[in-house]
Amino acid sequence: MSVNLFHFFRKNLDKLVRLVDCDVEEPNDAIFFHKADKTEEIEVSQLIPEINKEKCTYCRKCVEYCEFNAIVVIPPVKFAEVNASLCHSCGACLVACQDNAIRENPLPIGKVTFYDIHGDKELAEGKLKIGSAMQTMLIRELKKQISNESEIIIYDAPPGTSCPVVETVNDADYVILVSEPTPFGLYDLKLMTELMAEIEKPFGIIINKAGLGNTEIYKYLEREGIELLGEIPFSQEYAAGYANGNLFGKIPVQIEKCYLNIIEKLERRIMVYEGDNNLKW
Amino acid sequence: MKEITILSGKGGTGKTTITAALASVAEKCVFCDSDVDAADLHLILQPEIREENIFYSAWLPKIDHDKCTNCGTCVDYCRFDAIHSNENGDLIINPFQCEGCRLCERLCPSDAICSERSSNNRWFVSETRFGTLVHAKMGPGEENSGKLVTQVRKRAKEIAQENKLDYIISDGPPGIGCATISSLSGANLVLIVMEPTKSGLHDAERLIELIQSFNISAFAIINKYDMNTDVSDKIQKYLKTKHIRLLTKIPFDKEMVEAMIEGKTIVEYNPDSIISEKVNEVWQTMKE
Repeated sequence: MSVNLFHFFRKNLDKLVRLVDCDVEEPNDAIFFHKADKTEEIEVSQLIPEINKEKCTYCRKCVEYCEFNAIVVIPPVKFAEVNASLCHSCGACLVACQDNAIRENPLPIGKVTFYDIHGDKELAEGKLKIGSAMQTMLIRELKKQISNESEIIIYDAPPGTSCPVVETVNDADYVILVSEPTPFGLYDLKLMTELMAEIEKPFGIIINKAGLGNTEIYKYLEREGIELLGEIPFSQEYAAGYANGNLFGKIPVQIEKCYLNIIEKLERRIMVYEGDNNLKW
Repeated sequence: MKEITILSGKGGTGKTTITAALASVAEKCVFCDSDVDAADLHLILQPEIREENIFYSAWLPKIDHDKCTNCGTCVDYCRFDAIHSNENGDLIINPFQCEGCRLCERLCPSDAICSERSSNNRWFVSETRFGTLVHAKMGPGEENSGKLVTQVRKRAKEIAQENKLDYIISDGPPGIGCATISSLSGANLVLIVMEPTKSGLHDAERLIELIQSFNISAFAIINKYDMNTDVSDKIQKYLKTKHIRLLTKIPFDKEMVEAMIEGKTIVEYNPDSIISEKVNEVWQTMKE
C-alpha cells in the first residue's frame, strides 16, 4: 500500500515525495523498485557501556541506576559486566559512576540505506541487524536522516500497536490505517483506532482485499464515524504480481482507479492543510 | 515437554489461522498467544477468562510543574528526545517516546519528577474448547512487549508442568525484533509459516537466520502456495539450502476466511477438506 501510494502520489502530483520504510525488522519496499540504485548506506549503532575494572570500586551504583537490569556487579569476586542485549543506551550508568570507570562503545544495530528512484534519494530504508532488539531506536535514527526538503513523506510502519509503531507515527500529520474485511482485520483495526485516539492523530482507513470476508468492518466504520478513504478489491491475479515483487507492471484499471480516488481525497486534505497551518487534517 | 513456536517474519501469512487449526488436532497441549501486540488467536479459540493479571511495564515519569524550574537538565540528558516544552513553556514528557530509564527523575535538581509504573497491560489464563490458553492484551502504544511475551510463556510452561501436558503451542509475533526474540529464546521447535511472495521469502530469510543463531530446529510450511507457484518453488529450494524441512504446502482457499468469520478453525469448519488433512499431517510430524 505504501509503495503504491508513493507511486501514484508521484505520478499525479507535482511534488517531491519520499518513501521511508520504517518496518526495520522486515523492510520490503525496496523489493518493488527494480531499478533503484543504492546511493548511500549509513551504519547505525547504539552505545554500550564498558566497565573498566581497574577503575571500578564495585559500589554497584550503576546497577541501582540501570532500570533494564543490564549490569551485573558482584563485589566479592570483582565481577562487573554489561549485558548488551538488555541495554537501552540511556546513559544512566555513566551518570551513576563516580569512579569514571564507564565508557561507551558503539555496537551496530542496523543500517539506513538510501535509494534513487528518480535521482533524488526518494526511498530510505532501515534494516535491523539480525539479533538486535533495538528496532525503535533504529526507526528514530532513520527518521532523523530524512531530508527536510521533502513535500510529502510516506512512512511505511511496522505491524502491531507498540513502541515501534508509535515511533513511526509520532510526528506524522496524518495516519492511514490499512485493514482487511475479516475478523482478524477488524479486531486489529480497533486496537489501532484506540492507539490513534490515545496519541491524538487524525486518520483514515483503506480496506485492502475488499470482497474477501464479511461486512462487519464497514458497520464498525459507520458506527464510529471513521473515514473510509477507499477500498482495494481482492484480485488473485494482482496478488500474484505482488508475489513476484511486481506492482507496477500491469496494474488492473479497476485497482488504478481506486488508488487515484484515494490520492484525490488525500490531495484535497493536503491543500487545505497547506493553505492554513492552523487547520487540522 | 516441548514448546513449539509459530513464526513467519512477515505479518499476515496465516500464523494464527494455522495455530488455531493445530489446536483442533493437537492433544495434551497448552496454548499461548505470544503476539501480544495484536493478539488474534482468542477470536477463534474464544476463551473464558479464569484469571486476570496486571502486567506492570515500564516506568512513566511525570513532571510536577509547581516544583519544576525549567532548568532543562532533564532535556539535556534524555537520550530519547522524550521531553518537550508545551504551549505554556512547561516541560512535559511524551510517554510514547519515553523508555522509562528514570535518569531524568534521578537528575532533577528540584525533585520535580516522579515515576509510576504503567498498568495498561493485562494477561489472562483462560479455558477454551481445546485446552488452556494464556494470552494478553497490551495497552495501546505500550513498551516492553518482549517482557510481556516472556511472562505469558512462563505461565504457559507452569500450566503445562502442573497438568503434565506434553506440548506448548505458541502463536508468535511478526518481525524479528524484541518481541520475536522473546518468543523464541528457549523454545524447542519453530514452525515457520511462509507465503509465496518475494517479500515473504525475504522476511523468512531474516527470520531463519535469527532462529539458527539460537540453534533451534525449525520446520516450514508454505501457506497459499498456489498464489504464485514460481515463488513457492524458489522457497522450496531455499529451504533445502538451509536444511529446513518443508512439511506441507497449503493451497489458497476462501474456506479459511469463512471459517474465521464463524469463529471456527478450518478443521472444525470442514474436517474433510484437504487443508484439514494437511494440518493433521503437520501435527503428527511435529509431535515426534
